[in-house]
Amino acid sequence: MPIQRRQFIAAVGAGTLTSVAGCGQAIGGNGAGGNQPDVAGETLTLTTTTSTYDTGLLDEIHPDFEEMYGVTVDAVAQGTGAALESARNGDSDVVMVHARGLEDEFMRNGYGINRRDLMFNDFVIVGPESDPAGVQGMSSATEALDAIADTEAPFVSRGDNSGTHAKERNLWAAAGTEPGGDWYQETGSGMGEALNIANQQGAYTLSDRGTFISQRSEIDLTILVQGPIEDGPEILANPYGIMAVNPGVHDNANYDLAMAYIGWITSPGAQEAISNYQMNGEQLFFPEAVSEDPNFQQYVPEGWSSDSSDE
Amino acid sequence: MTVPLDSALQLLPAFLDLPFREGYVASIIYVSLYVSLIAVTLSTLFSIPVAIVMGFTDFPGKQFVKSVINTGMGFPSVVVGLVVLFAVSNQGPLGSLNLIFTKEAMIMSQFVLATPPITAISLAAITSVNENVRDAAHVLGGTRLDVALVVIKEARYGIATAILAGFGRAISEVGSVLIVGGNITSADGVSKTRTLTTAIQLEARQGQYETAMVLGAILVVLVLTINAIVVRFGDQGVQR
Repeated sequence: MPIQRRQFIAAVGAGTLTSVAGCGQAIGGNGAGGNQPDVAGETLTLTTTTSTYDTGLLDEIHPDFEEMYGVTVDAVAQGTGAALESARNGDSDVVMVHARGLEDEFMRNGYGINRRDLMFNDFVIVGPESDPAGVQGMSSATEALDAIADTEAPFVSRGDNSGTHAKERNLWAAAGTEPGGDWYQETGSGMGEALNIANQQGAYTLSDRGTFISQRSEIDLTILVQGPIEDGPEILANPYGIMAVNPGVHDNANYDLAMAYIGWITSPGAQEAISNYQMNGEQLFFPEAVSEDPNFQQYVPEGWSSDSSDE
Repeated sequence: MTVPLDSALQLLPAFLDLPFREGYVASIIYVSLYVSLIAVTLSTLFSIPVAIVMGFTDFPGKQFVKSVINTGMGFPSVVVGLVVLFAVSNQGPLGSLNLIFTKEAMIMSQFVLATPPITAISLAAITSVNENVRDAAHVLGGTRLDVALVVIKEARYGIATAILAGFGRAISEVGSVLIVGGNITSADGVSKTRTLTTAIQLEARQGQYETAMVLGAILVVLVLTINAIVVRFGDQGVQR
């Protein structure tokens, strides 16, 4: 799948990149573009998750955007729940998270607009090599969780209302198991910390692949159940979305700059930069914004239709 | 300000290999000092007059004010961070000033944290100046202002300790600056609201314990240096 995508991006890239660059010059320059808003010198506040921030992806790609528009990006890494809450309070202009259910709620309540699918990677179930619950190579994530619960092998949960934590709760619900007891530990910490805690205790945990790869050299845990990138179950997919804060709700939100950012990060150039970003020789994120077959459900909450909206 | 820091930090790689871009560590040290020093200066300007007034006058409810100040000394920093967040968030009373995720918001929370210890310890120093000193100043024909100045001069070592305690609380604090500051660096690796403590927290979160330890050592050296400078001022006063 990624290979197809990359070829497509390469094909579309050359053409669209020139138009994006031209657009940037018009905006970033002396306003020769006419009706384009001049955003130069302004600051964009982006609230996002620890997983995108800690991998270093944003530091890698943001200078390009800052240079193109002559702006500054303040990226605040908070975890999905907190990132959405900051946006809900009007404290950020654009929000990049990975929990479609929470994003849809944010959209339905009118706080966010112009949602775009941005990129994806996947979750993996990691644990000690000794694998006391025997989950290695299982093709079902829910069966693996059931096995862990049955053997009461230690499991570390983020417990912080992050996107990863939301995914983990969905998985337990899908498995039909209510985790509890001494073996299930909620740490209330970021992904990196949760991996360290799991490492120290020989415990299992659910991790996004990016954070796991970026930290693999420091810890002894190993991937036991793969996500869809390595042909694992689709339920472990980890899609990222980006939304502008609705200027109709918060009139201080910098909507022009937020839309410039969304336009830029979903452009072929930035999508290719995301696809080229590697850590320890592995690709961390797979671009999803440029597609031969656009998914129109990305702009609105899932399951939304004009019939059901006037209830 | 950052230039001398940079040249000093060039000595570091001799025995350290930090995986940071040039200027990164200097900029977080700068932000740490900038926020803490301004907050402590404002706290001092507020606290010392309060301590003097309380030390020299009696008024109804004085014990109550004292107990409020003493309670403030133990106020949890994350709670202060939350309160300041509510104040400066766009939904809060100061929302129109756009202070969220800025150094100014961090200064506000550090001010709230540093003021109670500076007030309480200064007050203790002023009230513990021997009654004889006050009486002597009166007997020698001093006005109220003269007496106050004499007492402050006698209490200066205690007041210096108070300011140091406030500074220590401000610079070593992580909870509130993380909440209201947002731990931001720009993409070129220059800190906007990242301090030494929040940088340590970030490194620890990613399992980079060695780097976190090095930043911790820098923080400790910084606090020790400033304490040494202030204590030396105090000693000179005593010897004179």
